[in-house]
Amino acid sequence: MKANAGNAAGIQKKKMQGYVGFSNYPNQVHRRSVKRGFNFTLMVVGESGIGKSTLINTLFDTKIFPDREEMPPSAEPIKGVDVTSMSADIQENGVKLRLTVVDTPGFGDSINNEDAWQPILENIESRFDAYLAQENRVNRSKISDNRIDAVIYFIKPTGHCLRAIDIEFMKRLHTKVNLIPIVAKADTLTARELELFKAKIMADINYHGIQIFKPVSDEFDDPETVSDNREILSKIPFAVIGSEKLVERPDGTMVRGRRYPWGIIEVENEEHNDFIKLRQMLLRSHMEELKDSTDMVLYENYRTQKLLSMGHVQDNNVFREFNPLVQLEEERRAHEAKMQKMEAEMTAVFQQKVQEKESKLKLSEEELYARHKEMKTVLEKQRAELDDKKKRAEASVRPITPMEQHPTKGKKKNIFSGF
Amino acid sequence: MSAPANDSQDYVGFDTITQQMERKFLKRGFNFNVILVGESGMGKSTLVNSIFSSHLVDSQGRRTAQEVIRKTTEISPVTQTLEENGVRVRLTIIDTPGFGDQCNNEGCWVPVIKYIKDQHAAYLERELKPQRDRVINDTRVHACLYFLNPGSRGLRPLDVEVLKRLTEVTNVIPVIAKSDSMTVEERTVFKRRIKEELVFHRIAVYPYPSEEDGEEDRLLNSSIRDLVPFAVVGSEEIIDVNGTPVRGRRHGWGVINIFDETHSDFVHLRNFMLRTHLSDLIEVTSQRHYEQFRTSQLRQIKELRAQQAAAAASGGIMASMPQQAPPQVPAIHQSMA
Repeated sequence: MKANAGNAAGIQKKKMQGYVGFSNYPNQVHRRSVKRGFNFTLMVVGESGIGKSTLINTLFDTKIFPDREEMPPSAEPIKGVDVTSMSADIQENGVKLRLTVVDTPGFGDSINNEDAWQPILENIESRFDAYLAQENRVNRSKISDNRIDAVIYFIKPTGHCLRAIDIEFMKRLHTKVNLIPIVAKADTLTARELELFKAKIMADINYHGIQIFKPVSDEFDDPETVSDNREILSKIPFAVIGSEKLVERPDGTMVRGRRYPWGIIEVENEEHNDFIKLRQMLLRSHMEELKDSTDMVLYENYRTQKLLSMGHVQDNNVFREFNPLVQLEEERRAHEAKMQKMEAEMTAVFQQKVQEKESKLKLSEEELYARHKEMKTVLEKQRAELDDKKKRAEASVRPITPMEQHPTKGKKKNIFSGF
Repeated sequence: MSAPANDSQDYVGFDTITQQMERKFLKRGFNFNVILVGESGMGKSTLVNSIFSSHLVDSQGRRTAQEVIRKTTEISPVTQTLEENGVRVRLTIIDTPGFGDQCNNEGCWVPVIKYIKDQHAAYLERELKPQRDRVINDTRVHACLYFLNPGSRGLRPLDVEVLKRLTEVTNVIPVIAKSDSMTVEERTVFKRRIKEELVFHRIAVYPYPSEEDGEEDRLLNSSIRDLVPFAVVGSEEIIDVNGTPVRGRRHGWGVINIFDETHSDFVHLRNFMLRTHLSDLIEVTSQRHYEQFRTSQLRQIKELRAQQAAAAASGGIMASMPQQAPPQVPAIHQSMA
């Protein structure tokens, strides 16, 4: 069967007679990726004390962030925003994950937070730049990818609409990263308050045109995935709590949670908070999509913008087929054309110079003529005068002495001439 | 209201003064002014409505996406008259929507400080009038509830700046509303931390230690000071807990009763503010903050008058000098704010 590239009518659907085995391909991919291991880079943004470290430690069930150290009252608070990152190699069921968490201490803690988003955006873009530089290297066998796959943004549980700093941050970053806003410290809101609060947040997000990461189902997904996605979507933005401590329930079981005088809130209880949904989306079902979106959409957009701004023009000639002979011929022709052009230019310049010189010379010639003429007329006048004088001198002196018969033409030494 | 029956003829009876004062208070009623300072969404309105058991103020937070974020701190006072057992109080709650809500909060405290000083100035103006009213309507701020952010390491830079300035002009009571996000241990750690920082930054919150206090008062005050900042939970909802109506919050994992001492310091705060220290708050405002203000103002006037006199003596510039008669007091203090 002939399948011409680009000719869709040429692709035919064929039914096979037995088991061939290429359906094992996904498994091969799976095995290879497991061998290679994955990496995942997460960034957390929110004001101090809102629960970033606790949530990360809870999500990965390991102490990625150490406990906050007590600083004396005299310690200076952080000026501006720091961007620090922590990596950990964790393993589960033979799958190795290099997890990197980027923290942003100082965000929203100062009196003036107008530019709090800037160091964060710079960090994200510098990671894109680093990847771009690696892609453009001659030897690309080892590319390390530390681009940010997702940003978890912690929203304070105020119950009102988003704060100015929330809106500003999300607007600045939503086209550069996968934004996942969550409601922090969800244990402070009742179910009803939470419902209203989530609605207000989404209204604000839509009003300002902020794009957040949402799981979408396409036609290839099975119904289970579709319903899972819909459930996740219904809970966005997730309202979560985190806890590294185990507490004892009235029935004696130990769970991760927070103990209050009025009860215990459990981290992994879906009726208490959306932690399970967050973990599911972030790690269990949509991690690949996050990485994909970062690579194919966000990074590509950044790259395009950056290259265009650097003055690159899309040169579609590079997409034509490469044939060395044709290439040579083209080059020769191009070269010849160039030579001709240069020749023509030089001739033109030469002509111009010649003309200039000519006209200059002509001018000086004319000048000379003019002067010559002038001088001549002056001379003639003088001669005429002299002749005149001579005649007068001859006429006044009748007795001709033999001496005076001598022509006195031009001899000015004669005492009679020159008066 | 009747004199205690006493057959001794040596009984003079001046101990009935307390009852006489009570009668006067009943007739006249009194003013109580409270200002709420804290970011939007901290629980200010709910707490105040809980303390006075009535819906006094509406939350001024942003409710819809279309509403614009306020660019400055607004001052919105609401006055109501409450009555309890024949005693009337003209209660003014001053809310400060917009405080701390912008990206750049530099100077967001200026309208607040200005308002407080303006009230002192207005009172001073009326006091200095040649013909004073019998009873001057007291609009001076008697208490300031400052709302701290639960979960922060301690005082934030904004808190330090604002508290330093607020404590100079009024009685500041720091509270943590929405403290139901902190466990008991977290609360203890946070309170200790805040107290340390208040001492370090030399911020004097109410109640102030005073030598006049008797033994009883000192004990009470020190127990109050232990509790500061009050970790409270407010609620305007009455929920049903096993048949009994309870003012609180219902979660899926438990019910908070704001009057339960193990759940929150709400009862302590309310008793402190209203049942034990109400008159003290008013008195201290008058004796300490107002007097401070008055002294500095009058000193300024004196200096200005001295300058004027010197200028007049040296001749001629007096015409361009602005008049500084007492009624202009608010204008002078303008430069101080």
